[in-house]
Amino acid sequence: MSSSISISRVNRVYTDTDGNTVNALADVSLDIKAGEFISIIGPSGCGKTTLLRLIAGLDKPQSGELSIDERAIKDVSTERGYVFQQGGLFPWLTVEKNIAYGLKARGVFKRNRSKVSDYISLVGLDGFESAYPHQISGGMAQRVAIARALINEPKALLLDEPMGALDSFTRADLQDKLLELWKQKGTTMILVTHDIDEAIYLSDRIVIMTPRPGKISSIVNVDLPRPRHRGGGEFLALRKSILEFFELAQAQPQPEYII
Amino acid sequence: MDNAAALPLKAADTAAGNTKKSVRWGYKHNGFFALKVLLTLSGFIIAIIVNIAFPQKAAVEFKTYTLGIFGLNIDLTINDAYIFVIAVLMLIYGAAGLRAFFDRARRKLYCKNAAFRFAIGIALALWDIGGTKLQWFAQPFFPGPAQVIEAYLADGDYVVQNTLYSLRLYAAGFSCGVLLGVGTGILIGWFPKVYYWVYPVLKITGVVPAVAWMPFALTLLPNSFTAAVFLIVICAWFQIAFLTAQGIQSTPKQTYEAARILGSGQIGLITHVAIPHAMPDIFTGISSANAMAFTTLVMSEMLGQPGGLGYYINQSKVWSAYYKVLAAIVVMAVLFSLINHFIGIIKKRTLRWQEGVLKK
Repeated sequence: MSSSISISRVNRVYTDTDGNTVNALADVSLDIKAGEFISIIGPSGCGKTTLLRLIAGLDKPQSGELSIDERAIKDVSTERGYVFQQGGLFPWLTVEKNIAYGLKARGVFKRNRSKVSDYISLVGLDGFESAYPHQISGGMAQRVAIARALINEPKALLLDEPMGALDSFTRADLQDKLLELWKQKGTTMILVTHDIDEAIYLSDRIVIMTPRPGKISSIVNVDLPRPRHRGGGEFLALRKSILEFFELAQAQPQPEYII
Repeated sequence: MDNAAALPLKAADTAAGNTKKSVRWGYKHNGFFALKVLLTLSGFIIAIIVNIAFPQKAAVEFKTYTLGIFGLNIDLTINDAYIFVIAVLMLIYGAAGLRAFFDRARRKLYCKNAAFRFAIGIALALWDIGGTKLQWFAQPFFPGPAQVIEAYLADGDYVVQNTLYSLRLYAAGFSCGVLLGVGTGILIGWFPKVYYWVYPVLKITGVVPAVAWMPFALTLLPNSFTAAVFLIVICAWFQIAFLTAQGIQSTPKQTYEAARILGSGQIGLITHVAIPHAMPDIFTGISSANAMAFTTLVMSEMLGQPGGLGYYINQSKVWSAYYKVLAAIVVMAVLFSLINHFIGIIKKRTLRWQEGVLKK
């Protein structure tokens, strides 16, 4: 169960309260294959979250087309799951009820009741069913958010820096969990991150974006065999080349500083 | 030097640690707890001793009433009734002590409350001396505890009747007020158009005390009961609507987005996201509206009701029966506290997810 996603010549301009326009996305095109694991990295303000929101249907572009399996994306849909930066869990629902939310919202809870405990086990949260979000750790909350998104069996899962706020141990743990789920479900994964290691460790391809205007500067294929070794030679070489890319990008003359 | 000094200290510590079987002197210690129970009860024992041993200097008529309980006719002076009430209090606190003895969590609280409960007994004793024994306090405004109890013996059925009247009025008015308030609040919070047209009206009329509408209520509504219900409704309605709207509007956009992606429709967003998010604010509204509803209830009873505790106070005042006024006040204190407690329980259940998030 996976979908291909096609983005072609998408533009998104925001106008802030002072009337200044910010070119969040300029002429962005990208094709994502079904079942692919894509990471989008780049410094803040490069439009990576905007792009993700457009794919989710939470926002609309001024021009350009977004489609999933050849169908235009018009609104949000349960076929595209979304994991928010801070989890976005419902604080008034227990872990179990947060995960079951999608089934209830779609009115299919009664038929799929057993799925809830399956997904709780899938993200390793057995025993925490009746805990409330504030009672569990950040890593656990993100796992709840992932399980909550996956229970609707989306064809694509969009992850907006889901591990941004976690410590490195929890993060490594969750990355492995994510890979495991990806292998198991075959869902197309689109991960927004600013962690280069995370992008290399997880993805098939890394989309590098640069700001002002937000655009795709480069796409890096990660041809390393899985499971990947975080300290391996090829891993580090790839990491170095991406770092160099950003240093180069920063070395380009920036018009704001020219008087 | 430092080491040498620290060593014997450490040795003493481990020595204390080895004798773990003796419980430290505190609420976990049975002897300590027994003393706390004794302290709790001794206040009331003092009150009884004062009542029996202290000479009755002032001229007070101790009427005798016959109570029919379970087919038995018991003759009892108002002073006997007072001692009986103290005995009942002692029984309650004694039973609570027994229950706490076997329950660690309750023990701590019981010990904490012991000093205050002791003070209740002392206050009763002082009140007995000042109000009944010596009548230091201005009479008939501040009668002693036995006279207040006399009101229940003399007027028992009537007090109950008036209490039920108040309760009925409150229940009818407040429940309608809560329903209307939450309903209006949701509409205001959800629909910008409703907000634009209704919110300013609510904001301006909301500051007017409900009783100000009484002349209209009494003339335009079919009877005084509906008039009082109407007043309680509006005092609860505006306050609750105001806070409900605030709670709905403060729901983070991301929470709605998460729900939409998971498949929630418009109605689901209201019932499963906006309303749960607004619940803490709704309860803040209910609590403050509740306090205003009590005020409105008693005021409207005093000004134009054929019954109720406010009416009873007014009627007793006419006869200068201040002991009855006090008796009604005691009933109000107990009744309103119980209602608050009841609302508190519902609140705690509903907002269980907040436990540990907020500083108490």
